[in-house]
Amino acid sequence: MTAPMLEARDLWFAWQPGHDVIRGTSFTLERGRLGALIGANGSGKSTLLRLLTGLLTPTRGESLFDGTVVHRIPARDRARRIAWVPQSTAAAFPFTALEVVLTGRSPWSPRFHFEDEADRAIAQQALDTVDAGHLANRPITELSGGERQMVTLARALAQKPDCLLLDEPAAALDLKHRSALVRTLASLRDRFGLTALVVTHDLQLIDPAFDRVFAMTAGRVVANGSPMEVLTSASLAAIFDDPHVRTARIGERTVVWSE
Amino acid sequence: MTVSRVLRALLISAAILAAAIAFGLWAGYERVTLASLHSDPMARALFFRVRMPRVALAALTGAALSIVGAALQALFRNPLAEPFTLGVSGGGALGASVAIAFGWGARAWGVPMVFVASFGGAMLAVYVVYRIARTGVVVLPGALLLSGVIVNLIAASGVLILEYLTDPTRSLQILRWTVGSLDIVGFDMIWRMAVVLLPATVVLLAFARDLQLVAVDEDTAASLGVNVRRTEGAVYFLSSLLVGVTVAVGGTIGFVGLIVPHAVRLVFGQDLRILMPTSVLLGAAFLISADTLARVAVSSTELPVGAVTALLGGPIFLWLLTRRQRNAAM
Repeated sequence: MTAPMLEARDLWFAWQPGHDVIRGTSFTLERGRLGALIGANGSGKSTLLRLLTGLLTPTRGESLFDGTVVHRIPARDRARRIAWVPQSTAAAFPFTALEVVLTGRSPWSPRFHFEDEADRAIAQQALDTVDAGHLANRPITELSGGERQMVTLARALAQKPDCLLLDEPAAALDLKHRSALVRTLASLRDRFGLTALVVTHDLQLIDPAFDRVFAMTAGRVVANGSPMEVLTSASLAAIFDDPHVRTARIGERTVVWSE
Repeated sequence: MTVSRVLRALLISAAILAAAIAFGLWAGYERVTLASLHSDPMARALFFRVRMPRVALAALTGAALSIVGAALQALFRNPLAEPFTLGVSGGGALGASVAIAFGWGARAWGVPMVFVASFGGAMLAVYVVYRIARTGVVVLPGALLLSGVIVNLIAASGVLILEYLTDPTRSLQILRWTVGSLDIVGFDMIWRMAVVLLPATVVLLAFARDLQLVAVDEDTAASLGVNVRRTEGAVYFLSSLLVGVTVAVGGTIGFVGLIVPHAVRLVFGQDLRILMPTSVLLGAAFLISADTLARVAVSSTELPVGAVTALLGGPIFLWLLTRRQRNAAM
């Protein structure tokens, strides 16, 4: 049993008073584990992720990172340890992919410092890791949604964090890059002890690479266990409020579909 | 992005600025030579009391409007944002007109009241435009520009009404100044401006890296440790100060904050840490050149420089707008 890296303690959050989006949820993800966060649209997954990064402050309860209340950690220290990948990023200006990835180095350098060769090497390596090295000098405004998602992921990797929080990172990725994403996360976990929590609608991604699955319904984590335990017809039918959900095992994988 | 790239960009920009200053000082109907500066008191007066302050005013105004343009574009992630399109200049103009119409000639601690009034007007305009455009967590780009235009219209009507109601001398003073003109005599006002503008510019430059991250994505910037609210507040305050003070003296000179940063981007790229300092130097160079051309283009008279920059900037705005819509459609 390793120490918890991410912990929610009776977490509540409302964007507007009286409209709670997160309703008293608690869970823990241990250090060096790969977790998946699943649930119906609007169940509060993205909001929960923002609470865990410290981007939002809970209205009640506590969100802890490595034992410390996350929004009490100074912003720069937090940015060195937690990297967050949003669902999508706007692209108003044609920054090159490398320039975007280099922003991930900023928590590590003083305000009036320009990135050096070491930073550039880390950024290029991050792009190579997500199979996007060839995009380095392309303007992000000209990239496809999937390519942009890979660049955003590379930016998060360039932060060299202990913990990655990813909001539907695979949504715009093709089949090959989806499985590559999961392999990358698993390899970072195995080699460097990275902790990652991934919001996903693609349940096919999860088994067997992930260690834990958290399922949300109406602002609470209602199921929590290994992929084998959570990805069953009965529990998924309850989570998604859909009696037509079916699962099957093919080798080590769980395949999920709805009739 | 390396130190040498920044230095190279700054050196090139400084050389261009030096050329623009030389052009501004020596071009004109009265020929001034080094010899005449030595022997002719009239030439000396023209050179030191008229041309030099005018070039200095153009430099300060161009630099301030350009860096504010670059900062606002990054903050709102909108390439079309600048002091004029967001109504900041308009708000400043209304504030300054109120000060002129009511004859607030006084100074408080050496700061002319017209600066204070113009700064207040600019702040108010930014606040209104921002409040309208920001719904929840996102700033709507269309609403931002539209409310900027409307704030400009309201401010322009306010200025017009003041012109009608006030006495003829002051009315003429307002009229001459709303067109945007850098006609100035002596350095008195220049020093008063510089005391405010130079520190404000330096502080704004210190936010270049934060703005670089915000320009890529606001929430990501926050996750990377940028205090987005503080950056936002600083940019509003400093932009209003820079625009307010320049508008109070030179009037509304539009589109400088659009033309200069976009020209800089084409040459030196997108990085705000290069874009902002080079916009300062090249903004100064641009407005000195535009003003000198406005002075000498037509032999019988002087064109208002605000009309010249608007004539140049309007088409550039439209070009950026069509490009942006094509991008959005893709």
